[in-house]
Amino acid sequence: MDRRSFNLALVGSLTTALTLLSSAAPAEEDGKEKCYGVALKGQNDCAAGPGTTCAGSSKIDYQGNAWKYVPRGTCASIKTPFGNGSLEALKRRT
Amino acid sequence: MDEIASTFSSLLPARAGVGFKPAHFDAILADPSSIGFFEIHAENYMGAGGPPHRSLGRLRQDHPLSIHGVGLSIGSSEPIDKRQLERLRGLCDRYEPASVSEHLAWSTYGGVYFNDLLPLPYDRDTLKRVIEKVDAVQSFLGRQILLENPATYLSFAQSEISEPEFLDEIAVRSGCGLLLDVENIYVTATNKGFDAAEQLSRFAFAHVREIHLAGHFETRDAAGERFLLDAHCAPVVEAVWALYEQTLSRTGPVATLIEWDNETPEWAALSHEAQRAQSALDGVSRRAA
Amino acid sequence: MWDSAQAQFAAALLDTSLAAPSSLICEKGAIGDRFDVYRNSVIGGLVRALATRFPAVERLVGEAFFAAMAREFVLRRPPTSAALLEYGEDFPDFVASFPPAKELPYLSDVARLEDARVRAYHAADVEPLSPQSLALVSPDRLAELTFDIHPSAFVLRSDHPMVTIWSMNAGEAEAGTLDHWAAEDALVTRPRLRVETRRLAPGGAIFLRRLAAGAEFGEAVSAATAEQPAFDLAAALVEALASGFFTAFRGDT
Repeated sequence: MDRRSFNLALVGSLTTALTLLSSAAPAEEDGKEKCYGVALKGQNDCAAGPGTTCAGSSKIDYQGNAWKYVPRGTCASIKTPFGNGSLEALKRRT
Repeated sequence: MDEIASTFSSLLPARAGVGFKPAHFDAILADPSSIGFFEIHAENYMGAGGPPHRSLGRLRQDHPLSIHGVGLSIGSSEPIDKRQLERLRGLCDRYEPASVSEHLAWSTYGGVYFNDLLPLPYDRDTLKRVIEKVDAVQSFLGRQILLENPATYLSFAQSEISEPEFLDEIAVRSGCGLLLDVENIYVTATNKGFDAAEQLSRFAFAHVREIHLAGHFETRDAAGERFLLDAHCAPVVEAVWALYEQTLSRTGPVATLIEWDNETPEWAALSHEAQRAQSALDGVSRRAA
Repeated sequence: MWDSAQAQFAAALLDTSLAAPSSLICEKGAIGDRFDVYRNSVIGGLVRALATRFPAVERLVGEAFFAAMAREFVLRRPPTSAALLEYGEDFPDFVASFPPAKELPYLSDVARLEDARVRAYHAADVEPLSPQSLALVSPDRLAELTFDIHPSAFVLRSDHPMVTIWSMNAGEAEAGTLDHWAAEDALVTRPRLRVETRRLAPGGAIFLRRLAAGAEFGEAVSAATAEQPAFDLAAALVEALASGFFTAFRGDT
């Protein structure tokens, strides 16, 4: 593609993009006070706590028990090319 | 010293305040006059921007702010982390807080940050170092700071000075103010088998510029004895409210913060705690008048 | 001396095979139990901080596995700064090398995505480029434009359906079985207050990464087309402009 057609292609794509953007829903409105307090899901103010937390009361088991190292979350429902869920794969290995 | 202390003393109003949680932002804006001041943990605002700063900037328009640090590690045997101090100064420049406070504790050693307020020995050598460090922090920030008494679960064999005397000496010699955490007195006394009211009575009340109240987590130790964790996860208990009244009778009205950092409550529950502290403050003001 | 006592205290906090320091006394209760309170608070608190930063990873593997994995990370790579909002930036690398997670090869990519979202959340605030300002650029200048990139912008590439798996475990999409296994690239930005996560079409990641590295517009388009002949420039521009990826451009005069 020569330089002129290349530039024309760029202009064409940009024009298409700007048209699509102007017809899309308006961007998030800023300045509304209710938006100010927004926290990232799961990201609250507890990162730097006052020090001792309720965790101090729990009897933490420092031993790496084997059962803990078997994933038991939603990963089991994910079909991967490597096996039908991690639990199956782990069972096969043992 | 008294002259310096009064010149640079905290500008927090003698009202009830709360620790700011983003979840309460809308409720606070709906009724901005109900709370005397807000306190934040400095380290949670050490990012460059984003919603935390946006909320805090908005909050600061209506309210005095107290910046409460957990990361300076003033009780450590090592020098203060200059970078941490610079970040704290950046926050002070940005928000012009009415008060800046830290803990008589350490949280960093050998380049590792432990995210906890750890205990130190109360002896002459450590006292000297803490005073030097408080002095260095105050010089760097160009303002007085307040130092908080910690909740401790253990003591050091080498300790030779009582905690109230230790704090008094720091305040007198460095010119810092004290942040009296009444909950910490109660937790430490309960866990070590002391009488909390008696411990409290020895506190250096003349230097107190702010008071903290909080709830704890109660459990039992291996011997079946009551054991309290300073977890800031519950309402203030009656025994601590009583100690608070005892404190106010010695200090007069002082800015009082409700700390509730974990298991964040509904705004109504937190605000209720603050109102109770405010009533106690109002009672002291009336009696004084 | 406090120096040696503190060194002992600090070492025993993260090495659970060590006994409580000999410098400690306890007016009531057992010293070992009391010291464990500090140990539990330190380790448990940091594990909780990681769970807060990586909620989808925790959901994928379950609480017990996550806590065990996070604890090993905490003991090996404890924080070096009190600004805990930065702690865990190297957790995705640790997940990738953690043997028990080997059966979940996508896990570290989901962790990378979550980490990028937290970094975007705390990034500096800059007003994004208004798309219409590009309409004024002379057509023969377009290919030479270079762009300033938003401080909250991250382009991530994965050999796995990273974005789909993340969205199903972050409450962003209906959870379901994943039948179609394909590589996915992501664009994370925070144009104003909300962190946005987009799945990029093929070639989009190359295009945006080249621009972020300072390449001229035409050069970035050529690079994307060379690697992905089906690269759709208009679609990539829509994503970039709508997400606030650019903050300014230069080279139009």
